[in-house]
Order: sequence, then structure tokens, then C-alpha cells
Amino acid sequence: MTIYLNEFLFGIYPYIAVLVMILGCILRYDQNPYSWKADSSQLLRSKGMRWGSNLFHIGIILLFFGHLVGLLTPEALYHFVMSAAVKQKMAMIAGGIFGAMCFVGLTMLLWRRITDPRIRATSKFADILILVVLYLQLILGLATIPASAQHSDGSSMIALANWAQHIVTFRGGAADFVMEEALIFKTHIFLGLTIFLIFPFTRLVHMFSAPVKYILRPGYQIVRKRG
Amino acid sequence: MKVRAQIGMVLNLDKCIGCHTCSVTCKNVWTSRAGVEYAWFNNVETKPGVGYPRNWEDQKQWNGGWTRSSNGKIKPKMGGKFRLLSKIFANPDLPEIDDYYEPFTFDYAHLQTSGESKDVPTARAHSVLTGERMEKPVWGPNWEEILGGEFEKRSQDYNFKDIEKEMYGEFENTFMMYLPRLCEHCLNPACVAACPSGAIYKREEDGIVLIDQDKCRGWRMCVSGCPYKKIYFNWQSGKSEKCTFCYPRIENGEPTVCSETCVGRIRYLGVMLYDADRIEEAASVADEKNLYEAQIDIFLDPSDPEVIAAAKRDGVPDSWLAAAKKSPVYKMAMDWKVAFPLHPEYRTLPMVWYIPPLSPIQSRWEDGQLETDGVIPDVGKLRIPVKYLANMLTAGKEQPVTHALERMLAMRAYMRSKHVEGAPDETILDHVGLDKPTVEDMYQIMAIANYEDRYVIPTNHREYAGKTPFDNEIAFASRSECGFSFGDGCSGGEVKKSLFGTPTHKNSLNGQIRRQK
Repeated sequence: MTIYLNEFLFGIYPYIAVLVMILGCILRYDQNPYSWKADSSQLLRSKGMRWGSNLFHIGIILLFFGHLVGLLTPEALYHFVMSAAVKQKMAMIAGGIFGAMCFVGLTMLLWRRITDPRIRATSKFADILILVVLYLQLILGLATIPASAQHSDGSSMIALANWAQHIVTFRGGAADFVMEEALIFKTHIFLGLTIFLIFPFTRLVHMFSAPVKYILRPGYQIVRKRG
Repeated sequence: MKVRAQIGMVLNLDKCIGCHTCSVTCKNVWTSRAGVEYAWFNNVETKPGVGYPRNWEDQKQWNGGWTRSSNGKIKPKMGGKFRLLSKIFANPDLPEIDDYYEPFTFDYAHLQTSGESKDVPTARAHSVLTGERMEKPVWGPNWEEILGGEFEKRSQDYNFKDIEKEMYGEFENTFMMYLPRLCEHCLNPACVAACPSGAIYKREEDGIVLIDQDKCRGWRMCVSGCPYKKIYFNWQSGKSEKCTFCYPRIENGEPTVCSETCVGRIRYLGVMLYDADRIEEAASVADEKNLYEAQIDIFLDPSDPEVIAAAKRDGVPDSWLAAAKKSPVYKMAMDWKVAFPLHPEYRTLPMVWYIPPLSPIQSRWEDGQLETDGVIPDVGKLRIPVKYLANMLTAGKEQPVTHALERMLAMRAYMRSKHVEGAPDETILDHVGLDKPTVEDMYQIMAIANYEDRYVIPTNHREYAGKTPFDNEIAFASRSECGFSFGDGCSGGEVKKSLFGTPTHKNSLNGQIRRQK
């Protein structure tokens, strides 16, 4: 049963989650572009946004890219620069700092969303859900730091990276890598995958619209041509 | 030279009676939906006052419009592209809804359902946002209506810059005027420049500035970028909305709703030709007092054969060129120089212009109380200080405003001499550089203001719908489709329930208050 569940959660579920995300986003973008937005609530209450939103966003963007690079860089590649133990220490420190930033920001945002009557009244179910899920995920992520400290050689980190690399390269047996890992890592992964799953049904879609193109726009003005 | 055409608007403030018909008809058509109850694409402010949203004119507070750097280039006052994007997580230049006002409605249903009671039931105010009862609304639309509130608060008005304002708080010296406001459909729109998504655009064919609702991601930078605060964030849909210049009507040659319904007949619509190659140059002049002249300078004379040839080359249809020659906007802004842009110092080159109002003078003049400057009274003695109007319309430069007011006074005096005394006095006209046919035309258009004289709007061309002229295919294919929509199929701008979100609020403009769970 454990093997079966492990295979499902870490071998099959990742693909289900990502597939739902991709198809869901395509469907939403195509069928309901009017719903595709950042859904800012700053107009209704700006108090707490400056610190809360900035800390949260900067923290979580850095955490995201930290995970991306940290999990998907092949072992052979980073060994040119550093050992697994050093990399793990770096990950723990960076993750700790960004995680703390994100934690402060998210706490402020969640508090604001739940206690401010205006924000509460204009919150959709998904708005509160996604903040709670992110909050739990962040707490789990921060809680992995002491767990990692017990394997200072980087063995856990290597196992998790192997899992991630096998998943994204469609190699079988990915789930076996995490079979023996601590529950805290597994829970963190599971909830992380669940964020992918619910992604298209929340305001998270706005991250695909990050306005990088703005920087590249020639000049400032846009004139729509006739015809 | 790159010739473009735009439908411009002039509002003759001398005739505005402050009835708010424009605002109400506009609201009924465009913003009677959940999320934009607080938004008035058209609103009428009583000046002096801080306006809507509060203190909108003061860009030290809001960072709207453009700023000129020491190298002579202009950039959004919010900051260049990187600076602007750094504000995306929390925008320090964004007004809060309370700066407009917290939308409220009254619990009318209670009047019917309260049951038998000792006291007469009352309909209490409830917040549209939370549904909570509001003991006392503290700000609302037209809170300062007709000098409502203390002078001390109203005198925060930005247009009192460089004016000793204390005396205007005294009853004997007080003054007021109405200022109807809508989107300026600028030649150099700061909202377009500030939109990170590229969802806002200016239409080449008629100059109307629109937001593509399907492309808008709700980054809310346009709200800050627009110095007139004429972009509103719909808190229900999470997207920005703005005045559309009633483009479905304009395309059919009909005036905007605010113009059509104007009781005082103060609004004028007409074609303006301008040189698009010189927009940046005009917006970048060093001294902001010269911005009014710089904008006038890029307007093109529709009777000039060179301009006509260039316009044809650049695709301006003949019907538009014909309309440009009869444009009341061109006459008032260019021929007679009686209309001015609102706050040219924002460097957006706005296209909704204003004729400054005269204020009580004639009666006092007749009483012999007022000094006259030869044949017409000294406009410096008008009840509304010229400096105040200049701060509003010419970045503080008084001469053009004085000139316009003198011409309007001269027109009155001349027509009076003609109609009342039966002896037209042309010496009055010499004084202000007008001649008889011109003043007759001014009188016809500004005072009589027949419908056909006020609105000279060429219809849009069907061939615009296709890639090449007379490509009717696309026009026919779009037959029977929704004429206007917010995207999302034929959405009228309501958030609909779907897999991707459910509206949290119903439309409250039917008087239903939000029942708390």
C-alpha cells in the first residue's frame, strides 16, 4: 500500500497536476480572458500592502527560482563549483532568508485578507484558499531546514533533486528516490504539486503575464493602426 | 509630417449650469455595474474644490502625467520602465477608494419590510463594499457641490497656486465655477505609457484611447499614470476601465452620451488634424507655460492644401477632411483662441478643451462700479481670478486666458449693441482683433449652438474593418455580432460565474444592499 501510494503521489500525481495546470491555463486564457488578471485589492485597502506585498512577492519569486535551479541542476554540473554539502548549506541559508521574508509578507497579507472587512467581502473562495495553501507550504518549507540539517552531507537534497530531474525528463522510477525521505519533505512536495493542480483556478495565473515585454516596448506609446 | 485625425471636444464652461445630466446619463450607460459604482467616467466638479478623487490635480501627491528630465526627454512621472515595474507589487501612487468615496446605497427595502413600529422606518446608508451600515457617509460624489463644506478644505485646490486665497473665503469675494471632466483622450497619453501589459492603446483613426479588457491584467499602473485620474479600477473584475468616448456612437457619427444630453449645450465635437511626428517634441518643451502654444503648434490647418495632400497620403478619409474644415473644435481652439487644454503642464497633450467661464461682471459694469478698459471691462476685475483659470488651463500663463475672456466679453458687447441698441458697434471688435463675420460665427456657434454646429462628426469608415480599402469581407462577417463588449464573448462588463471565479458582489445600483452572511 505504501509503495502504491508513494508511486501514485510522487510518480503519477506530478504529471496529473502539471497537466491540469497546462490545460486549465489554456482553457482559461482562451475561453475566459476577462478572468485573467492579478486581482489586486490595493484600491480597497492599501494599508499593509507596501511591506506585505513586496516582501511576499520578492520572497516567493526568489524561493521559486531557488527551487528551480537547486532541484534541476544536475549533480555533475554543480560539482565543478561546489560540493553537495556546500550547496545544501547555501540552499538552507538562502531559503531561510527568502523564506523568512516571504513569511512576514504572507502573514501580513493573510491577516489583511481575513480580518479586513472590505478585503474579506471581496475575496473569492480561491483567493483565501491559495493564501492558506501557500502559507502552509511556506511553513512546511521552513520546517524542512532543521530536517535538512540532520543530513549535512546533502544526501536528502540529492535524492529530492534526482526525483525532480527524473520527473521532468520522463524517466521511470522517480518515486523511488523519495520513498525513504522524511515525511516533512514528502508533504512539502505533495502540497507543492497541489499548488500546480489548483493554479489555473486561482489568481496565480497572473505570474504567466509578468510584464517583461514592457521593458522591450519601443518608446512608450501604442497606436492601434486602422484596419 | 504624419497627419492624424482625432475627434476632439470643447466644453464651454461659460454655459455650464452644473446639472450633472452628463454624469448621470454616462453612469447609466457605462458604469451602472458592480465594481464601478464609485466610478464616474464623466463627473462635474464645483471649483474651487479638491475634486474627485481628492486633490487629483496635485501631481506631487499622485505622480501622474509626465516629467521632463534635464536631458530634455520626458518620462512618466511615476518613473521610467524599470522604476514603474518596481511598483508593481504595491503601488505607492495608487489612490484608495476612500480618495474617491466609499460607495454606499440605502436600505430602501427596509421601508417596506420593517413591520409595524412606533417610529417611521428609515432607509439607512450601507456600504456597497462590506454591506455594513454606515452611520454617516463622510465623503461622496459632489461632496463639495456648489461650495459645500468649509473654505479651508476647498481652498486646498491646486489651482490656487501663487494666489493669495484667503480673501476668496469671504462671502463678498467668493466665486465658483463648474468643471465637467472626462477622459482627455490625450495625444501623449500617460496611461498608455504606464500600462505594463500593453492593453491600452490610442486608435489611429479617431484618437480614442481604449483599454482592451481581455489584455488588461490589472497591474493598476494606468490609474496612477493618468494625471486626470480618469482611469478607474473595477474592484469586482480586477481590471481598469475608462471613458470610451462613446466610440460606438462616434463611429456612427453620433455625439457621445454626455454631449448629446447636455442641457446647457456646452459641448462641441469636431475633427482636429495634427502632426503625429511632432507629439514628443510638443510634449517636451522646456517651460511648461509654453505647452499650450506647443500643442496648438502641432494642430494642422484643414484648409491648407499641403496638409490636405499629406492627410490623404496618410489615409485620412475625404469625409474626415471635409468635417475638419467645419470643426467647431478647430474654430474655438485655433481660429478664435477661446478654448484651452486642461492642465497642459501634465504634458499629456489633452484633447478635451475648455472655454473659460466669464463671471459676474456685466451687471456691475453697468452699475458703473467696474473700471473699463476702453470699451470692455478689465477682465482682471472678474469675480473668478484670471490667475485661477490660468493655473487650470494654461499652466499659469494669464495672457491667453485674458485674451479669450476679452473676446467673449467683446462678443457679448457687440451683439448687445446690435440687438438691443440696434447699432452694431464695431469698435468693440477692433479692440480684440475680431471682425464682423467672425464674431457673427462665434455667436452662432457659441451662443446659439445649434445641434449641427456643435457636433460635426464624420462616420467611421467601413473599409477600416478590412486590411485594404473597400475590403468589405470583415465588415460583413461581423454583422449581427455584439456591437460593444468587454471581450469575453459579448460580456457587458459583468463578472460571470465560471470555473475561474465567482463574483462576490451583485450589482447594488438597483438599491439592493449586501446582506451580511
